[in-house]
Amino acid sequence: MLPMLATVLFAYLGTVFWSVRVSVSSSRTLPSSDFVGLAQYTRLFASERWLLSLENVVVFGVIFIAACLVLGFLLAVFIDQKVAGEGVLRTVFLYPYAMSFVATGLIWQWVLNPELGIQSTVRALGFETFTFDWIATQDKVMYAIALAAVWQAAGLVMALMLAGLRGIDDSLWKAARIDGIPTWRVYMSIVLPMLGPSIGTAVVLLSVSVVKVYDVVVAMTQGGPGLASEVPGKFIMDNLFGRANIGLASAASTVLLLTVLALLAPWMYARARAARNGGHR
Amino acid sequence: MIRKHSLAIGVSLAVLAVGAAHAQANRAEVIHWWTSGGESAAIQEIANGYKAAGGTWVDSAIAGGEAARSAAINRIVGGNPSTAAQFNTSQQFLDIVKGGMLNNVDEVAKKNDWDKILPAPILKSIKIDGHFYAVPVNIHMPAWFWYSKAAFAKAGIAAEPKTPEEFFAALDKLKAAGITPVAFGGQPWQEKIVFDALLAHIGGADLYLKVYKGDQKAIASPEFKNVLASFRKLKGYTDAGSPNRNWNDATSMVISGKAGVQIMGDWAKGEFQAAKQTAGKEFGCFPGFGPKAPYIIAGDVFVFPKTSDAAAIKSQQLLATVMTSPATQVAFNNKKGSIPIRTDVDAKAMDICAQQGIAAMKDVSRQLPNSEMLVAPDITGALQDVVTKFWNTNQSVDDAVKAVGAAVKG
Repeated sequence: MLPMLATVLFAYLGTVFWSVRVSVSSSRTLPSSDFVGLAQYTRLFASERWLLSLENVVVFGVIFIAACLVLGFLLAVFIDQKVAGEGVLRTVFLYPYAMSFVATGLIWQWVLNPELGIQSTVRALGFETFTFDWIATQDKVMYAIALAAVWQAAGLVMALMLAGLRGIDDSLWKAARIDGIPTWRVYMSIVLPMLGPSIGTAVVLLSVSVVKVYDVVVAMTQGGPGLASEVPGKFIMDNLFGRANIGLASAASTVLLLTVLALLAPWMYARARAARNGGHR
Repeated sequence: MIRKHSLAIGVSLAVLAVGAAHAQANRAEVIHWWTSGGESAAIQEIANGYKAAGGTWVDSAIAGGEAARSAAINRIVGGNPSTAAQFNTSQQFLDIVKGGMLNNVDEVAKKNDWDKILPAPILKSIKIDGHFYAVPVNIHMPAWFWYSKAAFAKAGIAAEPKTPEEFFAALDKLKAAGITPVAFGGQPWQEKIVFDALLAHIGGADLYLKVYKGDQKAIASPEFKNVLASFRKLKGYTDAGSPNRNWNDATSMVISGKAGVQIMGDWAKGEFQAAKQTAGKEFGCFPGFGPKAPYIIAGDVFVFPKTSDAAAIKSQQLLATVMTSPATQVAFNNKKGSIPIRTDVDAKAMDICAQQGIAAMKDVSRQLPNSEMLVAPDITGALQDVVTKFWNTNQSVDDAVKAVGAAVKG
């Protein structure tokens, strides 16, 4: 227990406190120990790029989590129909998750490039006005990034949901069949609520990747076109390394941490309440 | 018990000391970010020079400039610095100089008369409070124009454009011939390079310096607005695939003749060479418009983290001497695509682009520092944000002027 405790204290809490401390100093290339109050935070929230990155991560998060859940659930239901070659399909669907985001991003960068990928292929087939240039368009680029990220993570959700589906007793299906309930209705009203824990796990895992989304953006767009696909993770990394501005970067990471805590607190509270009331979730 | 311990400690200290003394005879551990084919061949030339001078070279290559610089800084702060570390010729290392974390190389500089042989913008970057804190190894000019001779011939362009007007006329001809006029890589750093190129070549050296010194009057002037408008105009000559494109993919458009011109640093030459093309034959190069075009100076330096160990200091000074020696300079820069930091070298072994560069460097009035030498990294970053926003949105020129004015204030 003691080494574990020491790791938590120094490696996690220690670095968190250190970041918070740096965020109230005027540090640039090197950490300095002066105190400038909330100056870095003022500067942070005056930065157009930071505000845009927050907006982007929300858009990305909503699309990404919703699409992954829906797609993952549908894939799991599809595979659960005892289709032929289930093993192969499962591997195919889960395969993208085994690839790094950097490789995913690079592939999608080519696929979505209007001069190389889908758009030019369809145009070459004779549909001259076909347009699919999300990745090169300011107001659609976040969708392009979400598309690649969903492609990568939907398989994981599928695996989680499939495990849940397999855990459902066959007798339930038999009973439903005897009662003459349509299959879709069984899925919607009985199976889905029973998958609660799987869905919860999937949402937590997906939310974590939303908060730390970085590499897929760097690989696909480097934050472009312009600043259109900027995300908080990239803002922090850029200021930490490229712009010799660790004070500002620490302020940004502190804000990110506080946001996560603010989102997590009600959830933890609900769980604690449920546990007290004897519920198992 | 205690005795045994102290004996053990004594023995291990002795072993350490012997090991250290043995290992540190001119041993130099060098952190750098030159990991691509041409780059590592280039640093190998420096390593060879160092070995020939009797040293032991310990290579510490870290991919990516930002990663390499932060690794170097972390090791300095952590008390286990390398012998030398790479930075760009800029203000990147100003903070660690001010923090008293570097050794100077004044002795080597004095012996080799750096004050005389080095170009003023480089001296300004490496000589801080009268001491030399870095060794420059090359001059990269980030604003070259590279063009496909085949594309120019097809479009009927007879000569290299000598003025901005001729340049845009040439682009029109390329467009009419069905060729993408400008091979453009739509990433913020590339957009900034092209913007700086237009600022220097269309706005002129004076305006360039005034803007980077934060002269608000210059930023609001019609000349600067004209630069912004020209930058916007250039976008009309790029293709739909340009956003997010890598610089080398843009270069290969020029190599294959699909595009006419690329504005990019002289590292692009490596791509042409890798495609077995020769400067002056398949592709051409000009460092700006006309014989008096400003020559923007950028490049790489090595700094020497502070140590009081006499052997390590000796290694640092030997390294500084080797890096700046004429023979190493020519061998290294030939492979790197850049030009030597001194103009007293034999240029015959270099290609016509490098020779144009060396000729330009001899004319002091053409030398222009790159933006990173003039402002701190976070201001460069803020300006890059402004430039990329202007390029990628319909922001008006007047709004962009305001944004530039705010960004240079920091």
